[in-house]
Amino acid sequence: MADARIAPASEPGAPVAPGAPNSSRPDAAASLHRRRKFAPSLTAGLVMGGALVLVAILAPIVLGSAAETLGGGSRQSPSPEHLLGTDALGRDVFARSLVATRLTLLMATGATAISVVGGVLIGGLIWLAPRRFREVVLRIIDATVAFPALVLALVIAAILGAGAGPALIAIGVAGVPAFARLTSNMVAGIAHRDYVTTARLLGVPGFRLFSRHLLPNISGPLLVLTTSSFALALLEIASLSFVGLGVQSPQFDYGQLLSDGLVAIYSQPWQAIAPSIMLIYAGIAAMLIGDGLAQTLDPGLRAVKRRARLVPSRRDTAIPAAPAALLEVRDLHVYAPNGAELVKGVSFAIDRGKVLGLVGESGSGKSMTAMAVAGLLADGVRAEAEQLRLDDMDLARRNDPKRLALEIGLVYQDPGTTFNPALRMGVQLAEVARIHMGLGKRDARKQVEQSLDRIHVRDPETRVRQHAFQWSGGMLQRATIAAATLPEPKLIIADEPTTALDVTVQAEVLRQFRRINRDRGTAMLFISHDIGVVQELCDEVLVMRSGQIVERLSGDALKSGRVVHPYTQQLLDASPRMDDPIVAREPLEAPPVNASSDRSTIEATVEGGTHV
Amino acid sequence: MTAQDLLPRPGDPTQHIATVADGRRRGAAWMRSDWAAFALRRLGGLVLSVGLLVLGVFLIVPLIPGDPAVAMLGTNATPEAIAALRARLGLDQPLWAQFVDFVGGLLRGELGSSFRYGVPVTDIIATKFPYTALLALGSIVIVIVVAIPLGMTVGVLTRGGRRGVLSTAFGAIAGFLASFPAYVAGTLLVIIFAIWLRVLPAGGVTTPGFWVLPIAALALGPTFAVARVVRQETYTVLQQDFMRTARGRRLRAIRLYLVHALPNLMTSTLTLTGLILAGLIGGTIIIETVFSYPGLGLEVVQSIIYKDYPTIQGIILVIGLLAILINLLIDVVLGLIDPRTLGGGHDG
Repeated sequence: MADARIAPASEPGAPVAPGAPNSSRPDAAASLHRRRKFAPSLTAGLVMGGALVLVAILAPIVLGSAAETLGGGSRQSPSPEHLLGTDALGRDVFARSLVATRLTLLMATGATAISVVGGVLIGGLIWLAPRRFREVVLRIIDATVAFPALVLALVIAAILGAGAGPALIAIGVAGVPAFARLTSNMVAGIAHRDYVTTARLLGVPGFRLFSRHLLPNISGPLLVLTTSSFALALLEIASLSFVGLGVQSPQFDYGQLLSDGLVAIYSQPWQAIAPSIMLIYAGIAAMLIGDGLAQTLDPGLRAVKRRARLVPSRRDTAIPAAPAALLEVRDLHVYAPNGAELVKGVSFAIDRGKVLGLVGESGSGKSMTAMAVAGLLADGVRAEAEQLRLDDMDLARRNDPKRLALEIGLVYQDPGTTFNPALRMGVQLAEVARIHMGLGKRDARKQVEQSLDRIHVRDPETRVRQHAFQWSGGMLQRATIAAATLPEPKLIIADEPTTALDVTVQAEVLRQFRRINRDRGTAMLFISHDIGVVQELCDEVLVMRSGQIVERLSGDALKSGRVVHPYTQQLLDASPRMDDPIVAREPLEAPPVNASSDRSTIEATVEGGTHV
Repeated sequence: MTAQDLLPRPGDPTQHIATVADGRRRGAAWMRSDWAAFALRRLGGLVLSVGLLVLGVFLIVPLIPGDPAVAMLGTNATPEAIAALRARLGLDQPLWAQFVDFVGGLLRGELGSSFRYGVPVTDIIATKFPYTALLALGSIVIVIVVAIPLGMTVGVLTRGGRRGVLSTAFGAIAGFLASFPAYVAGTLLVIIFAIWLRVLPAGGVTTPGFWVLPIAALALGPTFAVARVVRQETYTVLQQDFMRTARGRRLRAIRLYLVHALPNLMTSTLTLTGLILAGLIGGTIIIETVFSYPGLGLEVVQSIIYKDYPTIQGIILVIGLLAILINLLIDVVLGLIDPRTLGGGHDG
């Protein structure tokens, strides 16, 4: 029955997700106070729950006697007098189903209180204890959590015997380990934050540290968890009563009523249906409250998204039969899901064999431009263009996947996340060759191994059988580039390909791009926030800011510092290399054998990049 | 929820760095040593889990409030009978000696004799275990076979806000069905299929049809709970960078989802599902009462009511071991799907 404990926590990035002891949670708690916009499910859950509480309060007062009065005939069918008939002792089943609410809710509340208080105290206070002790306790909690809560409850029920009190304690205690684990996870996320460390250094006593500095910051997720724990406790206590280990006659809760109903299930099924409906109703109310709380605390969960679209804005211009430029982008607009315009009418063209650099600070729209060209915008992001064309292929339309795969090579920013962690590298690198170039498994693998060999990856036969996590970032990125060039694409789109790499690897990757462009004449759209990186590689550079192109420069103009726009000048100033004569730097490095001027300048550039 | 912290986040850069650093070993050697490390680490956890289980089960009798012998025999028993029982159960010995005796018995495969039936507890378990195992494994298979394709299909169809109606409908229906506890689902299934439609039997073990309703009742809630998890994980996986890479390779939908998304989905789903499935073992205990199903669950409940402590201890031990076994199996499957989990990086 651990499922109910899990389900709410599994909601998207739910604030209860303990695996990510990160920043979002403590802030989520605060956001409840800031924006009191309740999620619809929270409202629905609170209304349903409120009605249940009302029934729990009123039913024993109004219907108490009807529920317990004997006589009126045993096992009667439903009648206006007894809406759901009577049980074996002639008591009104409808009244009993409502009256049982009070005991059921009270017991669930008691058990939840035990779970929450016990779990929060254990899970929180161990962070004030010595490290070794904490780890021992955590291991024990981990081992306990692996057992179904009901098994733990049975152990306690076996010790204490059958009865309402024992069932309450059993379910309450059985919920403690899970709560302790979660509290501990959440506290772990904030235990080393500055404000906690400061409080500790100021000598705030242990329990006060816990109650004033730790607890309030995890209260949001705890509240969500308490709700789901309550639902679970309610159903579990009822299940103990149902099998005869919980509430004993003459007391009655939902579980016991269900057990009574089961006896006569063939003749009077409604007697079992009534408590079933009550149990489900209570469970759903608690679930709605839990889900709604999670959404209210973390409004990001409710974000509505639309699918990515690429809409040609005006189709009045026919595509020229013999296009001059290889890639032509005219009046490209990209809109975020919320309607914000991320790219505001960008136009550029890339000739065959040329490298176009797109620079600008993060958020300037350069990656959006690149992904719009590649047709890989995220869900909800929308693009419009007057013209979006690669050679004779209209990129604003749906195209043959094979052509897209073979004609556009893609290199992404972070090689660590670009590869599928579950698949072997060989499979991923050879995929385009296998699927779109029609190569057999062996041929495709051989091609990949050869291309790895060309970029000096040792032992490629072994490497292709490994997973991405076994490769270094630089090797992954160089392999990405090598694989992207395998089908001889017309255009390579490289989206910040050096940003996630360290400096020496950056130089290597840039050399690889330069070599591909020189040897194969592949055109490139090269995106970077570092103007120093692009200026050596690119024939032309576009400077983007806030979704617009603010300056177009030739590579030479950029190199000699002939820039007009002050923003470009700022970017250049941020890259100290311009004022550094390359010659002065050269003695610092061992001159590479057969060093062309290209190569050494790239290295100098990259070195300059470290200061940024 | 506890499973959340076991989740390896696909493409988690910190995990990547950590594993690259110690994952420099090559070829078959790394395979072996990773699995060896996994076995060693898992063995530690296993010993602890089994140890806690044995300790917990042992403590049932000493922790009984008052005199356990009186609790077993009732307050009307003669002092002689109580003294005799105390001597027989070793209750007059110090606690540690009782524990040594208990563990010694376990190692010899002895669980004592049932107070109620006078037969060895091992015999009772041997008779009842197959029924419970059938119930548990049957419903686990159903849950996995139904929930993963269902959740993933809905996840793919409704990704990025597509098909809002389907998304809402699935959320509502799955949420509704996931909140059915097994015993309520069982009761309602009996009413619908055995009483109203008269198509399936509700009691007796004579026909295979008998297993259908208990398994369906057990699997119903977890199936939709897992399907919800799978849908959510599908969204998460589809947003990962490596899925964009795969889209950039312009793969057909079937390859995109089955080859690229599914394995990553399985890692997180199985970690979460492990607890749901272990919890399903708990559900069998209760569901057996609904169907008068002659398994361990019905027996242990009766034993608690009749204070048949040796039987209680034996059955809880077996059910606990079953839960441990399922957890272990899931870890092994996870290791096969995603070798990163072997390193214990997901241990939080």
